[in-house]
Amino acid sequence: MTILNQIINGIQIGSIYALVALGYTMVYGIVKLINFAHGEIIMVGSYFTWYTMSRLGAPAWAAVLGAVVFCAVLGMVIEKVAYKPLRNYARISLLITAIGVSFFLQNAVQLIFKATPRMFQNIFPGSLKLGGMVFSMSAVVTIVVSVILMIGLSLLVKNTKIGKAMRAVSEDKDTAQLMGINVDHTISFTFGLGSGLAAIAAVLYCSSFYQIEPTMGSMLGLKAFVAAVLGGIGSISGAVLGGFVIGIAESLTKGYISSALADAIVFGILIVVLIIKPSGILGRPENEKV
Amino acid sequence: MKQSILRNNKFRYLLNTLAVVLLYLLIIFLTSGGILNRYQSNMFIQIGYNIILAVSLNLSCGFLGQLPLGHAGFMSVGAYASALFSMAVDLPVYIEFPAALLIGGIAAGITGIIIGLPALRLRGDYLAIITLGFGEIIRVVILNLKFTGGAFGLRGIEKHSSISWVFLCTVITIFVIHTLLKSRHGRAVISIREDEIAAEASGISLTYYKTVTFAISAFFAGVAGGLYAHYLCILDPSNFGFMKSVEILVMVVLGGLGSIIGSVVSASVLTVIPELLRSFADYRMVIYSLLLIIVMIFKPSGLFGRYDFSLGPAIDSAFRRIRGLILRKGGAKNK
Amino acid sequence: MTPILDVCNLGIKFGGLQALDDFNVQVANREIVGLIGPNGAGKTTVFNLLTNVYSPSRGTIHLTGKSTKGKSTHEVTQFGIARTFQNIRLFKNVSVLENVMTAFHNAMDYSMFSAILRLPSYRKQEKAARKLALELLDVFDLREMADTLAGSLPYGAQRKLEIARALATNPKVLLLDEPAAGMNPSETSELMMTIKDIRDKFDIAIILIEHDMNLVMGICERILVLNYGLIIAQGKPEEIKNNPIVIEAYLGQQRGE
Repeated sequence: MTILNQIINGIQIGSIYALVALGYTMVYGIVKLINFAHGEIIMVGSYFTWYTMSRLGAPAWAAVLGAVVFCAVLGMVIEKVAYKPLRNYARISLLITAIGVSFFLQNAVQLIFKATPRMFQNIFPGSLKLGGMVFSMSAVVTIVVSVILMIGLSLLVKNTKIGKAMRAVSEDKDTAQLMGINVDHTISFTFGLGSGLAAIAAVLYCSSFYQIEPTMGSMLGLKAFVAAVLGGIGSISGAVLGGFVIGIAESLTKGYISSALADAIVFGILIVVLIIKPSGILGRPENEKV
Repeated sequence: MKQSILRNNKFRYLLNTLAVVLLYLLIIFLTSGGILNRYQSNMFIQIGYNIILAVSLNLSCGFLGQLPLGHAGFMSVGAYASALFSMAVDLPVYIEFPAALLIGGIAAGITGIIIGLPALRLRGDYLAIITLGFGEIIRVVILNLKFTGGAFGLRGIEKHSSISWVFLCTVITIFVIHTLLKSRHGRAVISIREDEIAAEASGISLTYYKTVTFAISAFFAGVAGGLYAHYLCILDPSNFGFMKSVEILVMVVLGGLGSIIGSVVSASVLTVIPELLRSFADYRMVIYSLLLIIVMIFKPSGLFGRYDFSLGPAIDSAFRRIRGLILRKGGAKNK
Repeated sequence: MTPILDVCNLGIKFGGLQALDDFNVQVANREIVGLIGPNGAGKTTVFNLLTNVYSPSRGTIHLTGKSTKGKSTHEVTQFGIARTFQNIRLFKNVSVLENVMTAFHNAMDYSMFSAILRLPSYRKQEKAARKLALELLDVFDLREMADTLAGSLPYGAQRKLEIARALATNPKVLLLDEPAAGMNPSETSELMMTIKDIRDKFDIAIILIEHDMNLVMGICERILVLNYGLIIAQGKPEEIKNNPIVIEAYLGQQRGE
């Protein structure tokens, strides 16, 4: 493996982290919650795709579309049922609830599909030759799809009405409400959007790693969250940057140092960045008014 | 008159000591009298170290107001340090074991200071993430070291953790944290939770108290780790992952942030519930997680809120209630 | 007579904005100084600089002849400058008595060890602190509510408790940030009496920021007027009242609103 291959690998996994990190960062920006259940949404999305394709024989495009819709709805339902009642309480209660939801999804899926890993067929077979180098089709698709989605998302947040509402609510909920923004709808939409992105990340993940299990979401989610914090939580470009940094760092560590230490390196980078710049690479510093 | 006796300090110490001794005798009676089987008896050991973990986390979480997510990391440092010590030396148990626990606690405490100094500059969720990161790093490091046994785990640890030892350690932990909180040092800690800026303006050093509290919290997590190591007799790094930290945090929040009795009750209940649900093996984690969500939605401040139980006043108010009842009945008769 | 507090050429920049510049003041012991000015003039910034919440871009602060440079906020408090906050900052979930006792922190010196073992040093100091705290609450008519949670006190009482807590740190200079904000006229005049009382009883200098002109004119011996980070006038209350620059600063602002 050349260093270039390692970097391409890193970008591939990094763009998956980035897609998941976007969900974390949007939700955090708007309700100040580390949504621990977000990793489980990816897991559910993966199982949905796997089930519809290999058990129901659905075509790939239908499975992916179904997974996106299913996860978006799931995300919104979780918000309505579990998070909304706690919006005005201490944030730690909300955090524990999110952990509870995460446990629940993990164990519910384990109950239905058993703990044994399921194999995934390659959705994007083949490879692409470009300038003397061979790229796997899944890497190409992953990177291209992620980049398109990231650009789309930043356009959505910057230019559309709902995007402006999202920014307003994350800035100040009460003022946004006074301005006539429907806060509940906006939060709901944010959860739906984040979960939909997680579903696409799930499909891309499966196409790269061919294997799914009920606990797959926790470490993936954790690293994506690390990516979001690293880049500066609440910042969309930060989440993308963080995702790529984590992905490439991980891939290079695995390739040149030790794959056992990859996780430690990822967290080490996070710690160093937070100590130097507590609000993340692209984050805005928070100051308390005295 | 009753009131003044019960509120008298010396009398209260006596009362509390008596209660602790009675509880101990009860547990010994239950476990060695053949009423509970060996398996059920061992639950008391698990309850004990879980109480220590929960109460010590509550110190930095509920009283200091920080949100650390790496408690299992401190626990693992304590577990490995104490196990390696007791495996290396050969002394009588009553010297070797306390020394091992102390070494476990101190190792964890020092780790707490090393992590706390940079981490405690961050607030809220950022602190949570950075401690989570440190916890994972500790786990990966243990996994990759030679003398910890790596992924195969550390085997051949002597079984020293008896019910009596665990009970003693649990009582000491609760006592130390409780008395510490009822002093100028405890007030300083709580003032930081309430308002950091006002605490500083009242002459309290944030860095000092945050770091020291973090270290004390880590120390007891280390002691609990030592008890855990000498109970299971085998240590596996995968038992000290992020999920273990979350499990402890759940105990604390469910019991009530800032309520020691809450942590004690919820650590006990949450240790027993999964075992009670064992007959529904497949469903037990689903039920557990649903319970967690439901309790949080309906009682966001935890089961006990910030309430702290104190035996003297509790008996006092019980007496008053009974007396009130008798007086009312007497009054009714007279009419 | 040497001033107890000597502030020289104090200035601070936030980004490109000069929030305070050329701030000079000498405060004598037992003096009550008023700091007034339109919103955003930099009054609270002065307090934040005096307590080292911000470190000044330039200038010096001396308390009883010693510089406070490089000290952290809690050290400045131990050194003798105590303050209250514009948006009351009490330890809300802690009793009124414990709020005050928290501020006695540095008046006690028993170790964690003696706290755990309840050694005599712990018992003696705690008992003394408790007694002093209750006496302090008496000054503010708060003794009755010693066991109430600070957060559930009525607004006026919360303001008073904050002053009591600041006094518990045994300051030489007390900084009051809008002590009368949100009080009704009778509460305000009561507060005026209390402020004079504590000056006499505790023998301290007081600097206060206030918008209530009756209070400022009523108890301050000297007034500084800030506008856009600069002192535009200073003097006795009657001088300030008739100073055209001050009137312009206030009226100008009112017209702008």
